[in-house]
Amino acid sequence: MAGPLIRIEGLRVAFDGAPAVRGVDFAIHRGEALGIVGESGSGKSVTWLAALRLLPEKAVVEGRVSLDDDNLLEAPIERMEHLRGGRIGMIFQDPASALNPVLTIRRQMAEALALHRGLSGKSIDAEARRLLDLVGIPDAAGRLKSYPHEMSGGQNQRVMIAMALAGNPDLLIADEPTTALDVTIQAQILDLLQLVRRETDMALVLISHDLGVVAENCDRVAVMYAGRVVEEAPARTLFEAPRHPYTRGLIDALPTLDAPRRLVAIPGVVPDPRRMPPGCAFSPRCAHAAPACLGAVPELRRLEPGRRIACARAAELDLQPAATALPAETARPEVRA
Amino acid sequence: MIRYIASRLLRAALTIALVVTFAFIVLRLSGDPATIILGPEAPPEAIEAFRHNWGLDRPVLVQYFDYFRAILRGDLGISMRDGRSAIELVGERIPATLALTIPALFLQLAIGIPAGVYAALHQGTAFDRTVMVSAVFGFAIPSFVLALALVLVFSVKLGWLPSGGRDSWMHAILPILTLGLGGAAALARFTRSAMLEVLGRPFIRTASAKGLPWAAVVRGHALPNAAIPTVTLVGFLVGSLIAGAVVVESVFSWPGVGRLLVVAVSNRDLAVVQCLLLLVAASMVTSNLIVDFLYGVLDPRLRQGARAGA
Ligand SMILES: Nc1ncnc2c1ncn2[C@@H]1O[C@H](COP(=O)(O)OP(=O)(O)OP(=O)(O)O)[C@@H](O)[C@H]1O
Ligand code: SF4
Ligand SMILES: [Mg+2]
Repeated sequence: MAGPLIRIEGLRVAFDGAPAVRGVDFAIHRGEALGIVGESGSGKSVTWLAALRLLPEKAVVEGRVSLDDDNLLEAPIERMEHLRGGRIGMIFQDPASALNPVLTIRRQMAEALALHRGLSGKSIDAEARRLLDLVGIPDAAGRLKSYPHEMSGGQNQRVMIAMALAGNPDLLIADEPTTALDVTIQAQILDLLQLVRRETDMALVLISHDLGVVAENCDRVAVMYAGRVVEEAPARTLFEAPRHPYTRGLIDALPTLDAPRRLVAIPGVVPDPRRMPPGCAFSPRCAHAAPACLGAVPELRRLEPGRRIACARAAELDLQPAATALPAETARPEVRA
Repeated sequence: MIRYIASRLLRAALTIALVVTFAFIVLRLSGDPATIILGPEAPPEAIEAFRHNWGLDRPVLVQYFDYFRAILRGDLGISMRDGRSAIELVGERIPATLALTIPALFLQLAIGIPAGVYAALHQGTAFDRTVMVSAVFGFAIPSFVLALALVLVFSVKLGWLPSGGRDSWMHAILPILTLGLGGAAALARFTRSAMLEVLGRPFIRTASAKGLPWAAVVRGHALPNAAIPTVTLVGFLVGSLIAGAVVVESVFSWPGVGRLLVVAVSNRDLAVVQCLLLLVAASMVTSNLIVDFLYGVLDPRLRQGARAGA
């Protein structure tokens, strides 16, 4: 079997001495969809921005990011410019502010097409129209002349996707691509990503707050907490039988059909990166914390094929669904808006 | 775009009308030209004759409407001092003032914008800090103090440059520096913060993620956005150049409209003062119009309303 498309090893990122990413390993294969979930501040975005060297200069980055023969963290900047948008596309959370307000859609797409496909003049227009058609934007020819403020958030995100596809990337990193959009549009954008993946055989990294979104759209899911991966498994396995107490907590907090909003949120808050607890970073919030958890930071270990867990007690714990979940009838009146 | 420009033009005309009215009122209220020009000792018959001659004995409203009509015809009256037409008096001074203000504006743009952009791109370096500090000084020091300091150094101490008059291009250097340096510093500081603000916006990261080299990101994405707020400041600088010319021309005995204004005001030479105020208002309004027009060119969000309508 061929090696992975991209491999991240021992990635660490710190800002002004505060660690944001504390040793992350990922391997993504061609055509695979990896989901990354975790609370705000867990390092999901920073991991991938660091891999593409898009962080401000003050960020201290260590580790290795291999794409074929390149180590992205050490490649010359010209090489990086070739890979960014060429082999790795990236789209961001708020499409309205991620597009340049004073440039037309045509101009913004043309940059990518000129850089990575060597197109110019008429052929740029033709290819830009094709891409806008592909992402489902009606009247593509007319839209090329538009500015971002003349389009809706969903359409802007489609443009972002079209722009990211311009270089025919092998990997698309979608950093919370639907968070800023309303629910029906969210579903459309996720469907579009699936469609694009089927048509192009591109790998996808889908970053999200929402475990449900990730489980539906990805083959494999990694859960991040305080700058580390705490559990990684095939989407269905992770969902049905989480082995890490944090993953269990995330799943128990998910709304279900019976209880649109359950009250079982994980107690406590994410630790301050400057004052990490000793040992397992999750221990202050973990119902299963034991003295064994406080010694060393638990390693991300392969427990069974395709499944990795960073919990000192992973082997002994049997995590049942939260007992505190209330019956739907009593839960509903107490739903908080 | 057409409606956008039309609305700005209408506003400009209104502004000028207001300035004309304001000038009329202030000048009538601030003292009787007859007594000032003829002196307090003048016999009452002479004063009466002077007032009759210049129409100052008629009702104020009549004077006002006559005055307004005359302006619309392009007749700005005759100097009470030497009997020549006010337009002619003012007109012959304009080239001298332009000879200072235009180079000063170019100096501001040529120093301020590159310095500000460079400082933003090299935030925290020695160059950046120098720009910040000189910006504070440049803006805080009144222009007459700067003028005197420049004269002390370059004329009195070093003897390199003349301290007043208009005999050669050498005479223009110190007035131009005085007029330009403060604004250059302000512009540098403003451009720097506009650039920093834009460089922090998400679309800059999008542009980098696309694979654009940093220089192209700065040129193609950051500068066009940073130009929008910066244009406002340039409009403001043009206004302050006109005000600055009054001070600088006086300090350096430069025979431009600024010095003419000082002389005409102290003489209560109504026609000349009015003509000068009109000129100042017209140039301010024109520079504002240019700023508004540039906004429309630079920012598609402003053009949108006009496009939907037209
Ligand atoms: N430019 C920066 N300067 C300083 N600290 C930063 C910077 N970017 C991120 N951080 C810090 O790095 C940590 C991880 O941030 P990151 O954006 O990766 O979180 P995330 O998991 O993507 O969260 P979210 O779901 O809110 O996007 C946070 O503590 C954040 O404060
Ligand atoms: S290591 Fe201990 S504290 Fe951390 S998640 Fe596992 S059981 Fe909880
Ligand atoms: Mg993020």
